[in-house]
Amino acid sequence: MAERNELTTAGSSPDFSERPTSPAVDIFEDASGITLLADMPGVAKDRLDVKLDGDTLSVEGRVELDGLKDMRALWAEVHVPRFRRTFALSRELDASRIEANLKDGVLTLRIPKQAHAQPRRIEVKSA
Amino acid sequence: MFDTMLSRPQSLFDQLESLQRLLTRAGAGEGLPGSIRSVAFGAFPEINVGRTPNSVEVFAFAPGIDASSLDVTIERNVLKVSGTRSPAIPKGDNKVQLYANERPQGRFSRAVSLPDDVDATKVEAKYRDGILRVSIALSAAAQPQRISVQ
Repeated sequence: MAERNELTTAGSSPDFSERPTSPAVDIFEDASGITLLADMPGVAKDRLDVKLDGDTLSVEGRVELDGLKDMRALWAEVHVPRFRRTFALSRELDASRIEANLKDGVLTLRIPKQAHAQPRRIEVKSA
Repeated sequence: MFDTMLSRPQSLFDQLESLQRLLTRAGAGEGLPGSIRSVAFGAFPEINVGRTPNSVEVFAFAPGIDASSLDVTIERNVLKVSGTRSPAIPKGDNKVQLYANERPQGRFSRAVSLPDDVDATKVEAKYRDGILRVSIALSAAAQPQRISVQ
């Protein structure tokens, strides 16, 4: 029973399930950039890590629940208290201006396009 | 126009992970008895239930919900959580290109049966960081008591 006092370890999962969970995302693009929403319930702001390495964007978070010390799991659908997912950005996105916002366990990232990559209308001249 | 961020196929590990999740689900949490109210993989919100010496704690992993739209009821030892999650993707704008739509949206409802020894009149529910936590006190008789030795 000693190993089961943490809620998230219930169900004696094999080792490879210790890999972080991949959060569910919505990704959509409009004229000025890309918006990414990721479900990361239980992740507080100070446990969230959004990193950019070259053109790889990684999102990582740790779930914190208090009062788990005296707790024994009766039922668990969430087994791994960590989220992680990586994305490859393309060059027309302006990684230096990414905005991140975390609210109620949903991370919203706004990745604007480079100014020159924004759509513009090309005028057709008649001869 | 291809966008590497979006056209890149899921990595092998992602696929392994989802397969593994399905398998785990098929085993219905090895070592723990399957609940008659358990549902297929991918249900929203996911639920963990724990027990302390004084209470039963239910965690519903329900991110991005307006707490006032959450409805929590207990009836005959069945706890029901329902609510609505509004869609994040702008609708009806044909300039918006959608690449991934994995987050569940709309109306949801889930139920879990509670142990028999809870006191359904002593319930507390809190919503923080996308987790709804419902604490139900154990009935006085089920709580640990110190018996003094004469």
